[in-house]
Amino acid sequence: MTNKNGLTRVDGRLKVTGAIKYAAEYKFPGLVYGVVVSSTIAKGEITGIDSKAAEKSPGVIAVISHLNAPKIPGYDRKPNDFDPNIKTFNDSKIYFYGQPVALVIADSFERAKHAATLVKVSYQKQQQQTSLTANLQNSYKPWGDGSDYLRGEANAYRNASVKIEAEYHTPIHVHNAMEPFAMTAVWDGDKITVYTKAQAIKSMQQDIMNMFKLPIENVQVYSKVIGGAFGSGSPLWPYAKAALIGAKVINKPLKVVIDREQMFTMVGYRSPAVQKIGMGASADGKLVGITHEATGETSTYQQFGEGITDTTKFLYDCPNVNTQYRLTRLDLSTPTYTRGPGETTGVFALECAVDELAHALNMDPLEFRKKNYADHDPEENKPWSSKYLDECYSLGAEHFGWDRRKQKPASVIENGWLVGYGVGSGAYGAGRANCSARAKLSADGILLIQSSTSDMGPGTATVMVKIASDIIDIPVENIRFELGSSALPAAPGEYGSITTSSVGSAVFDTCTELKEKFKQIAGGTDNPDYLKILKEHNLPFVEVTHHTSGRAPDADKYSAHAYVTHFVEAHVHPATGMVKIKKVVSAVDGGKILNPITARSQIIGGVVWGIGMSLTEEGVLDHRYGKYVNANLGDYHVATHADVPQIEVVFVDKKDPVTNPMGSKGIGEVAIVGFAAAVANAVFNATGIRVRDLPITPDKLI
Amino acid sequence: MEDDKSLLKPQQGLHPEDNSRRNFLKQSTLLTAVALTPVAAVKAAESHMDEKIAEAFEKLPLKMEVNGVAKSLQVEPRATLLDILREQLDLTGTKKGCDHGQCGACTVHVDGHRVNSCLTLGIMVNGKKITTIEGLAKGDDLHPMQEAFLKHDGFQCGYCTPGQIMSAVACIREGHANSEMEIREYMSGNICRCGAYPNIVNAIQEVKEGGIAV
Repeated sequence: MTNKNGLTRVDGRLKVTGAIKYAAEYKFPGLVYGVVVSSTIAKGEITGIDSKAAEKSPGVIAVISHLNAPKIPGYDRKPNDFDPNIKTFNDSKIYFYGQPVALVIADSFERAKHAATLVKVSYQKQQQQTSLTANLQNSYKPWGDGSDYLRGEANAYRNASVKIEAEYHTPIHVHNAMEPFAMTAVWDGDKITVYTKAQAIKSMQQDIMNMFKLPIENVQVYSKVIGGAFGSGSPLWPYAKAALIGAKVINKPLKVVIDREQMFTMVGYRSPAVQKIGMGASADGKLVGITHEATGETSTYQQFGEGITDTTKFLYDCPNVNTQYRLTRLDLSTPTYTRGPGETTGVFALECAVDELAHALNMDPLEFRKKNYADHDPEENKPWSSKYLDECYSLGAEHFGWDRRKQKPASVIENGWLVGYGVGSGAYGAGRANCSARAKLSADGILLIQSSTSDMGPGTATVMVKIASDIIDIPVENIRFELGSSALPAAPGEYGSITTSSVGSAVFDTCTELKEKFKQIAGGTDNPDYLKILKEHNLPFVEVTHHTSGRAPDADKYSAHAYVTHFVEAHVHPATGMVKIKKVVSAVDGGKILNPITARSQIIGGVVWGIGMSLTEEGVLDHRYGKYVNANLGDYHVATHADVPQIEVVFVDKKDPVTNPMGSKGIGEVAIVGFAAAVANAVFNATGIRVRDLPITPDKLI
Repeated sequence: MEDDKSLLKPQQGLHPEDNSRRNFLKQSTLLTAVALTPVAAVKAAESHMDEKIAEAFEKLPLKMEVNGVAKSLQVEPRATLLDILREQLDLTGTKKGCDHGQCGACTVHVDGHRVNSCLTLGIMVNGKKITTIEGLAKGDDLHPMQEAFLKHDGFQCGYCTPGQIMSAVACIREGHANSEMEIREYMSGNICRCGAYPNIVNAIQEVKEGGIAV
């Protein structure tokens, strides 16, 4: 259905009727159930597994662990970024609390779950380290010299006439997608078919091929719909390896779904970080220098790093910038990409520091940003492909009513609540990758487009149908976009805000080529009548497959980013310290907005994540045991209805001439970047209290 | 116990995992067979008759009406309504998000009231009428709330959506949809990690203001 806001979701009807099938919802004759047993220590060795009671429990088919698992051919391979190097059931070593140690398989879920409680694992325990702040002294350079950056003079801020120095702390954030991770694995001899949630279908296929040393034709991955992932859905996680091994051993279709507690330890999270920023400006508000030092954590068995300091290098026009990035190894599972990975954490600190310096200068923080506007990329010394951040500032300010802001903190009280306004900006790379697509227009009038991309929520198929309909002039109802299978033409993973740009470019090119083919068949016409041409030439269909390079023409000459500026009105109760977000305006430069209705939802979603990040979300570990004490949705507080006001989204909506033929820039990641800073800055404006460690809970304000 | 199918060994002291009721049932079964003939006992043991009979005794009858259709099942008392719907009746529209009553993805209507089906044992709804997301539309005609969710883009990934919609319908029926604030308060048991909350609230308000009985 098309309306003034664009095309409503092409798979929407399937979602509102409950008909669409997620990974755990496929039935097979003889399907059995697997429940993962997790480790109850954070570091050490398994000394024994007593599975006798579990094996005798009714309906139990097998209990699999390192003691009886078959040798996995691919376990001799070196790991890569998407293959967390826990060789599930390979040996007795424990790297983190909640690591899979056994898989109990039974003929019903209830029986498997009960039997899993009967498995007794004994351990030789070692002392774990799980606190980032207590282990900062053990940090190292993850990327060698590439961990540091210098432009101009190091620590030049110290010589500026006005300067601030501050330390910011962000905790563990857990993706907590609503759909628990699941894998249904069906072996047929040495062929494997899996149904799972995979943001990157082709790389998951590759990971399974690597694990079992199988040729590509033996591995089929389906991920037709994803119940949220937010960055957690790319690797072949240890639980999924357990499912693959389990199904192989018993030679039956096997479904393994992890539970909510296991969602905290088995499928990644956002690394906590400690960041120090020094920032200085001349008395009239021109930046002199920025120093940004960040330390995150990774596991003892795998390195995962992220670009926490990246945005600091280019967001403002500043002659002297030095950054450093460090990691500390802890006895936790490996963190992974989490919405706006790197930028979300780093820009919280950067945009709070900007606010602190503006306050020290007694300048309006938006004016301070405008004064230090970067009109070209100061890091790469290149022009921007497009940059309308200045319009985000002005449009957002106008829609929000920024001119009503009082510069002096704690000067507005309404109905007994302190009222503050805050602003925070962000940027995220507008990248693109190689992608192929196939388009087939048949005599029944249906245009089928296929690519092995996925949809974890933004509405991939919907925007692709929109892009196709702009080229092939047939009703949108007759355009189908098929995704979610490794057998389709290769697409990159759905991450890094590259999907619309990458897959969209391939769909654009494929449909353009299809149109050209019709023109050729018809002997040249600008607006081919597709069905008439098929009929006249007695063709059942015309089909083209096109590979589109991820390198846009001239892309190397430009620096390409999407931008956002968030405006927040926060109310703080002076007696209880409770913070309520009363109003949000988010102004976005995402290039040309291809489908406003779904684009707006992506921005709203990022803001809601930002509300959780700023006020409530924190993975809390008991360092004595290295375990989470809030590994459930009752204690780990993601934002819910009552926390979220109406959110106004304003798009600049101007085409980027470089990124892709549609002129769009990805917006899923940038949507959250800078939001937590806007809240912290609004809370400061409301109260005069600067909270530098997230989340901003009431105890920090009273 | 080394071999609880053996008739030769006396019953050992039970520890909790041994599941005494089930062992009692199994032994009784085989003892009955022995009373007939030793051959029957051997046969019964070989075909795991004891297991099957114990299993049957462990299940309880459950009669309920699901989306207008009478269902007659045998379920284990520990099976939740959620797992019965998803795994036994193949009604997978009702979602498992947390299994702890903390997220609302499993919301269904029991006799018209919204409940978390993950916190409801199947046997608790014996004789009751259950409506799931699959039972909300009338044939091809979507329920007004489903239409409103589509129109307002009240979801992204869609996983919490069945629960949100079932909860939203109940929210209006309960009379708790009289203002934006009230809707937010009474919908707060349903988490949407994609963050479609403002769109969901708009959808509910539209349906409420449309005045159609839900």
